[in-house]
Amino acid sequence: MDLALAPETLARWQFGITTVYHFLFVPLTISLAALVAGLETAWVRTGKEKYLKATKFWGKLFLINIAMGVVTGLVQEFQFGMNWSDYSRFVGDVFGAPLAFEALIAFFFESTFIGLWIFGWDKLPKKIHCFCMWMVSIGTILSAYFILAANSWMQHPVGYKYNAATGRAELTDFWKVLTQDTTLVVVFHTLTAAFLTGAAFMVGIAAYHLMRKKHVKVMRTSLRLGLITLVIAGALTALSGDQLGKVMFRQQPMKMAAAEALWDKEAPAPFSVFAYGDVDKGHNKVAVEIPGLLSFLAHDDFSSPVPGINDVNKSEQQKYGPGDYRPNIPVAYWGFRWMIGFGMASFAVGLAGLWLTRKKFWLAPGLRTGDEEPPNLALTKNKVLGVRLSKAYWSLAFVTLGFPLIANSWGWIFTEMGRQPWVVYGVLKTSSAVSPGVSQGEVLTSMTVFTLLYAILAVIEVRLLVKYVKAGPPELTDDDLNPPTKIGGDHADADRPMAFSY
Amino acid sequence: MELHDVWFILIAVLWTGYFFLEGFDFGIGVLTKLLARDRPERRVLINTIGPVWDGNEVWLLSAGGATFAAFPEWYATLFSGFYLPLLLILLCLILRGVAFEYRVKRDEERWQRNWEHAIFWCSLLPAFLWGVAFGNIVRGVQIDAHKEYVGSVLDLLNPYALLGGLVTLSLFTFHGAVFASLKTLGDIRERARRTATVLGLITAVLAVGFLGWTQLDKGDTSSLVAMIVAVLALAAGLVMNRLGREGWSFAFSGVTIVAAVAMLFLTLFPNVMPSSLNESWNLTVSNASSSAYTLKIMTWCAGIATPLVLLYQGWTYWVFRKRIGTQHIADAH
Repeated sequence: MDLALAPETLARWQFGITTVYHFLFVPLTISLAALVAGLETAWVRTGKEKYLKATKFWGKLFLINIAMGVVTGLVQEFQFGMNWSDYSRFVGDVFGAPLAFEALIAFFFESTFIGLWIFGWDKLPKKIHCFCMWMVSIGTILSAYFILAANSWMQHPVGYKYNAATGRAELTDFWKVLTQDTTLVVVFHTLTAAFLTGAAFMVGIAAYHLMRKKHVKVMRTSLRLGLITLVIAGALTALSGDQLGKVMFRQQPMKMAAAEALWDKEAPAPFSVFAYGDVDKGHNKVAVEIPGLLSFLAHDDFSSPVPGINDVNKSEQQKYGPGDYRPNIPVAYWGFRWMIGFGMASFAVGLAGLWLTRKKFWLAPGLRTGDEEPPNLALTKNKVLGVRLSKAYWSLAFVTLGFPLIANSWGWIFTEMGRQPWVVYGVLKTSSAVSPGVSQGEVLTSMTVFTLLYAILAVIEVRLLVKYVKAGPPELTDDDLNPPTKIGGDHADADRPMAFSY
Repeated sequence: MELHDVWFILIAVLWTGYFFLEGFDFGIGVLTKLLARDRPERRVLINTIGPVWDGNEVWLLSAGGATFAAFPEWYATLFSGFYLPLLLILLCLILRGVAFEYRVKRDEERWQRNWEHAIFWCSLLPAFLWGVAFGNIVRGVQIDAHKEYVGSVLDLLNPYALLGGLVTLSLFTFHGAVFASLKTLGDIRERARRTATVLGLITAVLAVGFLGWTQLDKGDTSSLVAMIVAVLALAAGLVMNRLGREGWSFAFSGVTIVAAVAMLFLTLFPNVMPSSLNESWNLTVSNASSSAYTLKIMTWCAGIATPLVLLYQGWTYWVFRKRIGTQHIADAH
């Protein structure tokens, strides 16, 4: 059979495509849920209209996004059984439990309370309505936690034993699966990256409106909230990424050696910023290196040795038998760099924005702006130059609003492909995980269908987002400003139209 | 009773919950073309399930996740074996979910009409295919000694399973019509009642045929009891519908679903997926289940989570208990 179309290859492509696509929506859902809940809380506490407008505006974008997240999540749950049935048989005992927990605890939360939030504007008192969004937010975070615990077990299997009689991995300590260091660090890193994603999205869209001097009051608030979140989340993403790197150097030395295209052991080991040439063949045409940094990333000092790809390959051959234990080196190498590069670029844009929009500095009082005008980002008293600089920043923030999405995707591609040829590191190879009974034609059909459908939905989704971003926050009505005081709604007029209907 | 027996029951409960709840929302989807006369009426129907369909669908995710964790072999054989039908169901559920959320996001006639087609077909097909799937599970399929399904897609399209598909389709649509009569006002409510009568009679004929066939083939006393309950509840649902007692009618159409699903699982036990090739290759609750430790953890989780889910999902239905009619549907968004 042609290797390029082997069921295993197709199943891997399908998993990659459906997972990366699903994960475009997940981080935005996680962060926007919390940010919208925060904005609604601000409205409940202060009664300021700008917060309610912001809640409705970001809430609408959140809903367009979560719809896609939910439906693409369906595929994720069932494709283990469809394409990876031998994986499911082997690990179901361990891997199934967090998945079931996710459904029973997190998904029910999310889906039930999102229904209440969407349709509940005229049925629920504002505090309870706001509470529903917090429940959605908790649901999204719990969901991330359980699925990342399952994934971390694949990266670093703990709390199980291999049962030769049944030929499968069996759970011995669920608590360990939920609390091992890999899980905790990965959860921290993924959540902080999720907030970076939502914040960059918020900053970019707020910048778009501020550049046009539209919806200024709402967008100033959104910009500030977005920038603060962006900077905090960006710093924490870098910090947690460093922690994750150290965990991986211990647990998956091959992945980190591949990420650096470090072929042979070096002490001290340099960090390769950019390599020109063929990273697949060797490391000899390196353009930029930072001496000792890789040693630091791995061991917290600047001189310790870091094993290279060849060393790890040899030791894995001794441990697991003959074979090639190297992942796709260029993908790991560039994926790692693109993840860090795009993520940190966004963080830098956030830092610049936060500094430019600070309240006080040496800006002359005349350059300071009120609530009703866009913040003046000028670094100069020269008005023409000031206007240009402001515009440049707004454009930059808008253009980079999707950078964390790219970083997230590469992060996943790196972490999943860097683990190959293992599906469960050191325990089960990917080639032993596919469904033996599923034909090439079946996998090809499903991969083609999902890819086409996802492509069409992507176009629809982006167009809708553009439409609602351009429309800006809604005008508020009396009903919006006077929510019901009792559950089920208390409007005297029984024939009043619903606040929201499909 | 051992833990894997408990989990057999719990998974039956999750599937029952799924068919009870998504049953009526599939039904509503089908009725958008059978019952509604114009766009405002279609919107009334869709909005009767607006706040709840997503929560209903999670019962499927829970059933799937619980099967993965409690009976990995069942999960693996079922979903790799029924590959193409499951693919079709997933595609429908994706399009359907997006259709609900995106249909009103634009005003263009063509945009809205396309999503309405999606809602109809993507409700109808899964409602039918789930019946086909369960018909095949109960009947037994070609499973070899390695617990792999070795039949083809065409083997799944046998008369018994296809009849099962028609039963779930008509039963869910009946359940949906009863739900519509319970949740709407005015003209559409009256028509929903009349449609429910017709659908209920069709369902009765199909269900008696399918359940009777199941009973003759695989049944014992307990499945016979479940079958009788299902048939009586269906009759009671029809009568209550004629009497205009919509709440009771809905309760009885729900009991029909519960009893029918219970009957299928009763005829299945202690198998989870029998092999039509060799009885010793049957997947059973003991040879398909997880280890005792995993089942114990899962039991704790389900024991705590399920009552809570019922509580807050029930509360949702209470919050949105008011009937709706065309006057409640706003034009602009």
